Amino acid sequence: MPTFTRDTVEHLGQLAQIALTDEEATRMQGELNVIADSINKVQEVASDDVEPTANPVPLEAYLRPDVPEKPLSREDALAGAPATENGMFVAPRILGGEA
Amino acid sequence: MAEANELVKLTAAQMAEKIRNKEVSSRELVDAELNVIDAAEPDIHAFLHVSADEARAQADAFDKKNAAGETEGLPELAGVPIAIKDMIVTKGIETTAASKILEGWIPPYDATVITKLKAAGMPLLGKTNLDEFAQGSSTEHSAFGPTHNPWDTSRVPGGSGGGSASAVAAFEAPLALGTDTGGSIRQPGSLTGTVGVKPTYGGVSRFGAIAMASSLDQIGPVSRNVLDSALLQEIIGGHDVRDSTSIPMDVPPIVKAAREGYKRDLKGMKVGLVKQLGGDGYQPGVEARFNEAVKLLQDMGAEVVEVDCPHFDYALAAYYIIMPSEVSSNLARYDGMRYGLRVMPPAGVPQTAANMMAYTREAGFGDEVKRRIILGIYALSAGYYDAWYGSAQKVRTLIIDDFNKAFEKADVLVAPTSPTTAFKFGEKMNDPLTMYMSDIATIPANMAGTPAMSIPAGLSDDGLPVGFQFMAPQKHDEQMYKPAAALEAALEEQWGGPVWQSLKTPWLKSAK
Repeated sequence: MPTFTRDTVEHLGQLAQIALTDEEATRMQGELNVIADSINKVQEVASDDVEPTANPVPLEAYLRPDVPEKPLSREDALAGAPATENGMFVAPRILGGEA
Repeated sequence: MAEANELVKLTAAQMAEKIRNKEVSSRELVDAELNVIDAAEPDIHAFLHVSADEARAQADAFDKKNAAGETEGLPELAGVPIAIKDMIVTKGIETTAASKILEGWIPPYDATVITKLKAAGMPLLGKTNLDEFAQGSSTEHSAFGPTHNPWDTSRVPGGSGGGSASAVAAFEAPLALGTDTGGSIRQPGSLTGTVGVKPTYGGVSRFGAIAMASSLDQIGPVSRNVLDSALLQEIIGGHDVRDSTSIPMDVPPIVKAAREGYKRDLKGMKVGLVKQLGGDGYQPGVEARFNEAVKLLQDMGAEVVEVDCPHFDYALAAYYIIMPSEVSSNLARYDGMRYGLRVMPPAGVPQTAANMMAYTREAGFGDEVKRRIILGIYALSAGYYDAWYGSAQKVRTLIIDDFNKAFEKADVLVAPTSPTTAFKFGEKMNDPLTMYMSDIATIPANMAGTPAMSIPAGLSDDGLPVGFQFMAPQKHDEQMYKPAAALEAALEEQWGGPVWQSLKTPWLKSAK
């Protein structure tokens, strides 16, 4: 059974918040299975005694100097938004489409 | 005007010298480059946005300061124009990452590298084309159409930074900035006959670089010779408190190393030939140029040793798990709420925030980006996290170990940059795995955070450029600049000049 079934791709599309078309989902399923076969090989050498590395150059966490800076103005922060009103972002309603 | 066309063929360092000697103004250089851009763009399409007015104003401001003697202490490249990959934000200038989802977006701030370029008095010519969100190896995945390779416009310039590489190769700019996540500065450098550098991860601030895969992305220089890249990296490098992954150290002595390299004395240097990055799958003409270049390094006194990096064979697979995982997270911010595109659902579908997001992302992202987001979400899902993401992070450890062992035997590692020369448009578009193979030799350096660079190694039998890659230990970028400059000088002597002398440039004749 392939790693990516049609149902899996559709489910992932929902998680990714991308409204995939039927044609896209079909094409993507094939491509993702080819890629999955190829990248599965990472498991061959990933034994228990190997520590994972998240960042290639490990750095100590540090705090930057506590110097006051002028932040972006509200006008600048809103300048690229698709819709604003009274100095706020306007979003469509959050509830009501769960079904 | 023939004179202007000769001007654009100067290196950035030569341009800077003419500015200092008052033989040419920054404005004249900007105008000369803008004329070439006008003439070349219909065939090349290296730029998504040309900021002509801004560049002229910046040049005029520099010239005024220069005339008043107020440019003392500025970096050597002061007044020299530059092009910027459209993956880096520029205040007041449209920045799209070549995606429909950001079309028309005007950033309200500058990336740190842009702030530094402006402080250095370097005019910004415009924003260069790329694969959407820097995801690709050919610049065919730009939402605004592909960039063409100046060596043969029926071929790709490589990716994702094909716009920056082509702009420099076509003399539309003496310098450019790129971003390199898996080879996106070096691979297009290889395919267009330009120099491309990925500095040590954390050596150049990423503040203001649009995030693709945060543990791999790195801003770096694109130029026509090694010294120009060193001079540019010196300007943009160094610690930045705004980037928590920025290394708190000064820029290594890379300009000094490049100048030292041009003396062509490599006695005492050990060069490691990476066993895993060559042989099968590498175009014969690429291998031939590579082997000739290695011989030149030996002729200059370098000792060549073979190094074994067995886990490099797993680098591509691990990269194609880690990179999309980080992509899926970073690209979650494109939700139609705060900036960029918003597409409301069609009639009959509830007009909610969630549906708006899904229709916006469907319309705004291209195929490659969608595929990577979905692959990344899967790799990070509960059932597959250990098998894929966890394993890939372990492979990263093994690759770093391979590098560490190799650098016990050698000061610098070498390999061809790209397995092939520039390929035809469409040749690999429908075969993601074949396309991904284009970065097989560049990915290990991103996985390990080591600095790496590609310089032109001549032309293959097909008449197209071949790239030669150097890799150095973390935080020691100077160790690759010295042999790279030496090899560049030796190769130019062999050919009687730089590789771009073989480039046919009809657009330069039609430039005003």
